[in-house]
Amino acid sequence: MTAASITVSETPLVLYVLRRADDALVLGHRLSEWCGHAPMMEEDMAMANMGLDLLGQARELYGYAAKVEGKDNDEDKLAYLRDVRQYRNLLLLEQPNGDFARTMTRQFFYAAFSDLYWRAMMASRDTTLAAIAAKSEKESAYHLRHSSEWMVRLGDGTEESHRRAQLAVDDLWAFTGEMFAVDDSERGLIDAGIAIDPESLRTQWLATVARVIDEATLKLPANDWMQKGGRIGQHTEHLGHLLSELQSMQRTFPGATW
Amino acid sequence: MYTQALNSSDGEDRFVEDATRAAAFQARIDADERIEPNDWMPAAYRKTLTRQISQHAHSEIVGMLPEGNWITRAPSLRRKAALLAKVQDECGHGLYLYAAAETLGSSREELVDAMLSGKSRYSSIFNYPTLTWADIGAIGWLVDGAAIMNQIPLCRCSYGPYARAMIRVCKEESFHQRQGFEIMLTLARGTEEQKAMAQNALDRWWWPVLMMFGPPDQASQHSDTSTKWKIKRFSNDELRQKFVDATVPQAEFLGLTIPDPGMTQDSEGHWRYSEIDWTEFKQVLAGNGPCNRDRLAARRKAHEEGAWVREAAAAYAAKRESRRTAQAAE
Ligand SMILES: [Fe+2]
Ligand SMILES: [Fe+2]
Ligand SMILES: [Fe+2]
Repeated sequence: MTAASITVSETPLVLYVLRRADDALVLGHRLSEWCGHAPMMEEDMAMANMGLDLLGQARELYGYAAKVEGKDNDEDKLAYLRDVRQYRNLLLLEQPNGDFARTMTRQFFYAAFSDLYWRAMMASRDTTLAAIAAKSEKESAYHLRHSSEWMVRLGDGTEESHRRAQLAVDDLWAFTGEMFAVDDSERGLIDAGIAIDPESLRTQWLATVARVIDEATLKLPANDWMQKGGRIGQHTEHLGHLLSELQSMQRTFPGATW
Repeated sequence: MYTQALNSSDGEDRFVEDATRAAAFQARIDADERIEPNDWMPAAYRKTLTRQISQHAHSEIVGMLPEGNWITRAPSLRRKAALLAKVQDECGHGLYLYAAAETLGSSREELVDAMLSGKSRYSSIFNYPTLTWADIGAIGWLVDGAAIMNQIPLCRCSYGPYARAMIRVCKEESFHQRQGFEIMLTLARGTEEQKAMAQNALDRWWWPVLMMFGPPDQASQHSDTSTKWKIKRFSNDELRQKFVDATVPQAEFLGLTIPDPGMTQDSEGHWRYSEIDWTEFKQVLAGNGPCNRDRLAARRKAHEEGAWVREAAAAYAAKRESRRTAQAAE
């Protein structure tokens, strides 16, 4: 017996909120994988902190998506009973933890964006999203500070840490473009003042990233080919494995309450 | 907590103390004064406490592993967040306790190395596996519950930093205990499959949890000095009995059966449990528990694979410092 996937009526707003919820859950889940295995206890604490922030964001966003959808879905159904093609997160965030440099680089690229994103979203005409943004902005600011500090330590640390950090930057760079993409369904929300145009954040994002990367004595790749697909459910191979673990209980025991 | 199962004595260690100072020290303890890091203390007191606090710290850190095993598979978002927060708390306890141990003069690195090399122990309860989600409930309810029984008296321990650490830790442990009980309650009120899962977890954890309190009193003569120094205030068997008496009605409330058919209530209301299998306890202590090797391997792996990160942080800090001094010299 396994629980089947649910269907979701993805109106533009539902889809928009789900995409951000999936971002938060998938990255939060990745960070939680470190718990008990970090390079130092302080980082066990810090990564759990960031993971908890993101799980909190995910829960609020899923709850709101379910409410907007108005069917009988809820946060857990949305998280645990959609398959890989129904997940809408950025490809960047599903990338495996790899070594600590890769985890921090992933965090850094995303936090440099989400910090700006949530701050801008505080002005959303959608009061629920504006409230979620106000809370998430503070959290993202900490994630950015923490991951930036590590980028600099690792880049300007030892030869080995420099090599690992540069490799992570090179490998993950192609996943950063997706953060700024907008499709038709989002365009309408932007015009209505519910969503913000991420393109307007790009210059500032790049400035932050370039400054930290420079201070870290690292280099940004020249290759500007960008991967995309996460927003429409076309993922890398990694997400399926993440979901099979994340969803194993809900899939195995349909309808049970935990 | 977690350390009573590990008592071993250094009483045979020889030391020459200033008899007057030792007497004054004991007088302070007898008067229920708190000993602070800069106070004079007998070398054996320092050593006993360093061992006990560091073993407690190791237990918090190794204890992250069995529960960490379920963070990625927690069955709801609420449970996932609560479990991650709980395991994070345990890490915080570890850090807090290492800091308390450091006030006695050993560095955290030394203490951690002693654990990784197998010289210093952690509580043997964490050498049992978490097989199902119900184990997360059982650990919170029983393991954190036993921890609280052990640790509440330590809030009045004669060594100030340890006592203060315990006050903070106990608050969080009792939150964990309630959370674990609530997981069990949800399972016990759930489907037949969930109920069976809860019962099975209780069956597997009950006896190892009773062993957490350490060997029976007649077998452990090591507590004398700890008692005299007010590090230990109750005997292993006293604490174990308290725990059993508190837990039996909880199990009844859950509708679960404690796996001890011979258990009876005496005329004073105490639940008399059957003989504990101390052979198993000794085997687990000797390294032969189901997860001893996995736990140590996981901690060693994290430590080894994290070495380059710690080195990078140290190298960067040194570079920054030398740049700062160079700038100041200009
Ligand atoms: Fe503890
Ligand atoms: Fe703890
Ligand atoms: Fe705990």
